[in-house]
Amino acid sequence: MSKVILEVNELTTNYVTRFREKIYAVDHVSLKVEEGKSVGIAGESGCGKSTLALSLMGYYFAPLHYSSGEIIVDGRNISGMDPDDVRKTILGREISYIPQAAMNALNPTQRVINFIEDVIQAHYPKTTKKEIYELARERFELLGLPAEVLRKYPVELSGGMKQRTVIATSVILSPKVLIADEPSSALDVTSQKMVIKMIMDLMNKGIIKALIFITHELPLLYNVTDDIMVMYAGQIVERGTAEQMVFDPIHPYTRALMGSIIVPEAGLRDVKLAAIPGTPPNLKNPPSGCRFADRCKFVKPECRAISVGLRDAGEGRAYRCIIPEEDLRKAYQSEG
Amino acid sequence: MKDNTVILSGRGVTKVFGFGANKTVAVDHVDFTFRKGEIISIVGESGSGKTTLAKMLLGLVSPTEGEIYFDGELRDIRTHKKKREYWKNIQAIFQDPFSSYNIFRKVDAVLLDCIRMRGGGNLPYDEKLEMMKRACSFVNLKFEELTNKYPFELSGGQQQRLMIARIFLLSPKILLADEPTSMIDACSRATILDMLMGLRNDIGMTPIFITHDIGLAYYVSDTVYIMEHGRFVESGTADQVILNPKEAYTRRLLSDVPKLHEEWDLSTV
Amino acid sequence: MKHLLRQTFRSGKFLVGFVIFMTILLTVLIYPLFVKDPPLGIISRGTFLAPGIYVNVYDSMNSSPRYTLILEGAASRRVAGKLGDDDRQAMQEWLVAKGVPEDSIDIADTAGLIALWESNFDPSLRLPGMTNADRNYYIRLTASLEGLLATEDAVVAAANPETGALEEIGVITQTDYVNVGEVPNSRLFVLGTDNFGRDVLTELVSATGVSLIIGFVAGIVATTIGLILGLVSGYIGGLVDDIIVFITNLFTVIPTFVLLILISFSIGQEQRGAFTIAVVIGVTSWVWTTRAVRAQVVSLRNRDHVNLSKLSGHSVAYILAMDILPYIASYVVMALILQISSAILAEAGLSILGLGPRTTEVPTLGLMMRWGLIYQAHVLNYWWAIFPVILVIALITFSLNLMNTGLDQVFNPALRE
Ligand SMILES: Nc1ncnc2c1ncn2[C@@H]1O[C@H](COP(=O)(O)OP(=O)(O)OP(=O)(O)O)[C@@H](O)[C@H]1O
Ligand SMILES: Nc1ncnc2c1ncn2[C@@H]1O[C@H](COP(=O)(O)OP(=O)(O)OP(=O)(O)O)[C@@H](O)[C@H]1O
Ligand SMILES: [Mg+2]
Ligand SMILES: [Mg+2]
Repeated sequence: MSKVILEVNELTTNYVTRFREKIYAVDHVSLKVEEGKSVGIAGESGCGKSTLALSLMGYYFAPLHYSSGEIIVDGRNISGMDPDDVRKTILGREISYIPQAAMNALNPTQRVINFIEDVIQAHYPKTTKKEIYELARERFELLGLPAEVLRKYPVELSGGMKQRTVIATSVILSPKVLIADEPSSALDVTSQKMVIKMIMDLMNKGIIKALIFITHELPLLYNVTDDIMVMYAGQIVERGTAEQMVFDPIHPYTRALMGSIIVPEAGLRDVKLAAIPGTPPNLKNPPSGCRFADRCKFVKPECRAISVGLRDAGEGRAYRCIIPEEDLRKAYQSEG
Repeated sequence: MKDNTVILSGRGVTKVFGFGANKTVAVDHVDFTFRKGEIISIVGESGSGKTTLAKMLLGLVSPTEGEIYFDGELRDIRTHKKKREYWKNIQAIFQDPFSSYNIFRKVDAVLLDCIRMRGGGNLPYDEKLEMMKRACSFVNLKFEELTNKYPFELSGGQQQRLMIARIFLLSPKILLADEPTSMIDACSRATILDMLMGLRNDIGMTPIFITHDIGLAYYVSDTVYIMEHGRFVESGTADQVILNPKEAYTRRLLSDVPKLHEEWDLSTV
Repeated sequence: MKHLLRQTFRSGKFLVGFVIFMTILLTVLIYPLFVKDPPLGIISRGTFLAPGIYVNVYDSMNSSPRYTLILEGAASRRVAGKLGDDDRQAMQEWLVAKGVPEDSIDIADTAGLIALWESNFDPSLRLPGMTNADRNYYIRLTASLEGLLATEDAVVAAANPETGALEEIGVITQTDYVNVGEVPNSRLFVLGTDNFGRDVLTELVSATGVSLIIGFVAGIVATTIGLILGLVSGYIGGLVDDIIVFITNLFTVIPTFVLLILISFSIGQEQRGAFTIAVVIGVTSWVWTTRAVRAQVVSLRNRDHVNLSKLSGHSVAYILAMDILPYIASYVVMALILQISSAILAEAGLSILGLGPRTTEVPTLGLMMRWGLIYQAHVLNYWWAIFPVILVIALITFSLNLMNTGLDQVFNPALRE
């Protein structure tokens, strides 16, 4: 077993709304990412994927608050650290985060190189502009981006180029972990492919040591990451290798998710996609039992009574359901 | 559902932005005929002019050249009043949900606007509330979770679904959906697509999907238009265009989509 | 909103500016509650009285109780007060020039020096290199030496109303004191008086108030015009936009201050009240607000939330008010602050040139500067009549600009750090 780069134990964080209500958007989440591995996170929108990303970095600014659990980056426990310190010492250096819609948040009045200068000088105030330019040029060329991009303004770049620039910039300090939140969902397929290729290059060329990839595009996740985690209402409901998760899901929610994949392959139009009726529970006061119970086809009375932890299914797989694996499989089979 | 009346069509529709060295021909003499109840997809890569075309169809951008016909007549939206009438028939879901909201207004206001537009401005509040709740549950949202919130307090997917709830309240004749599910998970996406297609059956709406997701286009549409550099390069039924593409451009788009049963070759970019 | 406010007050720059500005504003509001004199009332016969406490001499002799204090060195301080080091030096020079050997003169020994002087000084004697002014100085000096070393009491006499003869009514010894607090009439001039004999502090406080009002009125006029033109031109576009942009460009190339001078001049002295001046300043300075607002609106009008609002059937006025204005509100507030500060400066500039408000009605900071300059207060070392005015103008504009940059940092996070 190789070195663990990022370890998260029972992390719980919450939003405090304007009405002083607490929303537990990340609820006892544990995960481990080993060196050279990539983990994908999928789940319904609003289930807390982006919040998990922020929480993983210790980036707690109101209304997001830390409540319990620990985060260990490369052996260093950063839970409970002051968020301002996190911004100064962790962000960009240990963990980099590409937020959802990051490419549209670039300051339109700054050239790309100014943006990089800001990032580097926030951590190493002494570096000169010349050194930064050299470093940036080298890095951009390594990643197959033309160096002219550095002198351009964001508006002069196409969407795909902008997103690749954002990624190249945010890993300029070679962080150990890169968290990419929907980096390609606003892009067309060709630009998406280029963005993915670049992220793969980051891993292959050793610029980053581990990758956390958040997206709802399951075919993409399947092609990019080693492991997949599925979240539902702030909790992890199942995790396993990409292969297992896509073709052999255990949890009923994962199964529904995988049953609704749309790919342009013959026969798709004849398949009835697995749509789940109902809505996920309100995270303000989630049910005490299984959170998926209301929408589950196989729901039993005890589902609503007992809250289940993650059950080990061997080979690092785990799922959150009181029904044993074999029974679930049998039920799926009889469904056809 | 699908009958043969033409609801929206265009001849030589063109949009040119800027002039001189900055001239961009965003949409270049396109012709199209959309029939009532037909599900149409317009697919193309970024910058191919899909959104510009949609804005022209909506009357938010005026074409440089060409005519647009609505319901068999040349479209006339020269006055504010005529525009309002036109917008009762044609509505849109915009590409980027984050910029579709006025961040200074609570999200309830968006839905209330729709009720008012359908002439329900004077209904008692309870009735409006009922309508809003129904619209939210239509897109798998809980109204209680949204009410009194500002748009930035919702996740991207929630914002996008609320935009679809808006369409449910407005039930227009034509819907231009610009990447309506780009931020929605697979499962909800299937649900929502089924619902939008259901609206076609229930109220005879003609949905026009604008997307770069060929899989989605293939799944939902009867007719697919492939757009490249402001022109339609290929069009036909979904099976024709997507399973037997004739153009190299269409084939490239197809090969760039990550799939489950085929190798996704990253070295080709 | 609450969050934004909190952030604003966390910005150090804003806070410093705000505190300075509020201090000035509160002084303007509270001071008149304690000092009820009319700000333009002329209260001193002479001009440019230095700052200090002025005690009524008659009252201090007549009606206030007298106390005897035995203070160390009182006599020498009394002498030093009349015969300063400079005077002693001058006496020595005169004596040496006349031929008195230098080593026989000890300027520290007052009695010796005065004796030497009295025996030698001759007002009619013209020494080489001595100007008329010097001669007058020595004559004045000699007169003031009279009775300097006297130790006798001073007798106060009044004319008998019947006989007309002087009669002694009291004696003042050198150890007599009065308590300033018990003298019925005394007056504190913190900043002295000006060329007209007005109390500078009272006038300054009132002038600051008037100048602030001029600033606010001008700022609001300019911002309103700029905002409306900018919104209309940016949102509606087309011909309307072209016309407004043309006018704006026209105003940009004409130096505003020259325009201001011409308008003020043509209005004529009689019509120029403070309010008129404020409106004139406002009407000539909307250009930058218009440009800034228009640029913002142009970038907003194609945003999807505006499109969505259109699709929801809202009118142009509604869209401008609800979908555009809130997004540019922060810029407008910032522009308003800058307009206020530049209007205060513009008023000062105009008044210095003699084109400000009519002088007889209200004081303004500009008018005070004007009088200070005309009477050469800065050259004659009457610092109190002009430097406090300059300081207040500087503080007001400094604090406003500081608030502006503070706000800028809050509203444009890219500028932070
Ligand atoms: N600033 C906030 N204040 C209060 N609640 C919030 C805030 N941001 C997010 N939430 C809530 O937290 C939950 C999780 O949101 P999050 O953005 O993490 O979802 P997500 O999984 O990233 O969804 P998506 O796929 O749509 O991006 C949602 O229910 C959302 O309503
Ligand atoms: N307001 C505008 N002014 C100038 N050029 C514009 C404007 N809007 C669009 N364009 C240009 O028109 C072309 C087509 O843009 P459009 O937004 O229609 O593409 P799209 O197909 O919707 O792309 P995407 O998938 O990225 O949304 C692009 O080259 C774009 O730069
Ligand atoms: Mg998210
Ligand atoms: Mg588009």
